[in-house]
Amino acid sequence: MGEGIEKESNMAEPNVTLQVTRYRPGKDSAPTMQSYSVPYHKDWVVLDALNHIKDQIDGTLSYRWSCRMGVCGSCGMMVNGEPKLTCAAFLRDYPAQEIRVEPLANFPIIRDLVIDMSDFLDKLKSVKSWLVRKVEKPLAEGEYRQTPVELEAFHQFTQCINCMLCYAACPVYGLEPEFLGPAAIALGYRYNMDSRDQGQDLRREVLGGHHGAWECTFVGECTEVCPKHVDPAAAIQRTKVNLAKDWFKSVLLPWGTR
Amino acid sequence: MSGSAIRPDISKLYHAKMPATWWLKKPAYLLFMLRELSSVFIAIFLVVFLIQLSQLSDGPEAYVAFARKLSSPAWIVFHIVALLFALLHSATWFQSTAVVMPLRLGEREVPRALVFAATIGAWIAVSAVILILFLVLRG
Repeated sequence: MGEGIEKESNMAEPNVTLQVTRYRPGKDSAPTMQSYSVPYHKDWVVLDALNHIKDQIDGTLSYRWSCRMGVCGSCGMMVNGEPKLTCAAFLRDYPAQEIRVEPLANFPIIRDLVIDMSDFLDKLKSVKSWLVRKVEKPLAEGEYRQTPVELEAFHQFTQCINCMLCYAACPVYGLEPEFLGPAAIALGYRYNMDSRDQGQDLRREVLGGHHGAWECTFVGECTEVCPKHVDPAAAIQRTKVNLAKDWFKSVLLPWGTR
Repeated sequence: MSGSAIRPDISKLYHAKMPATWWLKKPAYLLFMLRELSSVFIAIFLVVFLIQLSQLSDGPEAYVAFARKLSSPAWIVFHIVALLFALLHSATWFQSTAVVMPLRLGEREVPRALVFAATIGAWIAVSAVILILFLVLRG
């Protein structure tokens, strides 16, 4: 893990203190903070420090991680109160001697830094996050083709890694857990904007429903914290525009359907 | 909603409550709250403005009497605050416009900063024209 590269011979190894949330289900009534002193390395990220704790200091600490390279979306936590992928949060970017590591905000805590994501997974599914066709083309006719411009219309919104940082940054979701939330609406928008898709009518009930896009007040922090530059805030606002257009069409045009 | 995923024991989960002061925790949240609050000041300003117009229809005396009331320090402070909120509201409105309505030129999307700058520029230009017309018609 890149240990020892930066070590200076005439100085003691510097340390940094990690304040980490601990919660043992069934035993603790509320989470508490536990502090660990870990060696400081310029090339270490917060996840490296957590792995050091788990391996060397306290094996009972629980947290999620997998790829450690910003692709899997498992290691999202609150670092000094900000939702971050801990594999991309370098210790050197936190000049204070102490770094606070907490589970993602706005989610129920299962244990220590592990949150319950079942609500999020349900919501992802509820927007019908797949290509919907009214009638499937026979296999013999080949694939559904698309031009680069048609791809460009939604490509950015395919970059989501389901890390849930946007939900942790969204005060609307924090106050109203029924809210469909940034990533799910962005995913619904992504399929609605796909030229191969015909499922807009099926998604309208969820995207335009009581807990859909209209609940968003455009705080915009989902976009700020997104590690993949998906821009869910834009997807939500454009979903509102499309919903409004659909509504006007259904009211004004005799052949409009609701 | 139901699914096939394995779910944790709900009775053992810890649900944190969002504190009422959540909007003080991040400058971006505070700015959002100020943006929302701006509508209250703009609404009050509009009500005062409508009353002022109705006073105008009641004749010059009524209007002058009302204008005198409005020249009290409290009302001047209110109007300064309302003006600042109106500026914030307008700036964030144009900022949002650039996000909500992407502008395409050919195959490329025009950068948001440019859309924002252009709308702000147009806003300043229109305001300047109105101000000049006001000064010309007055003088």
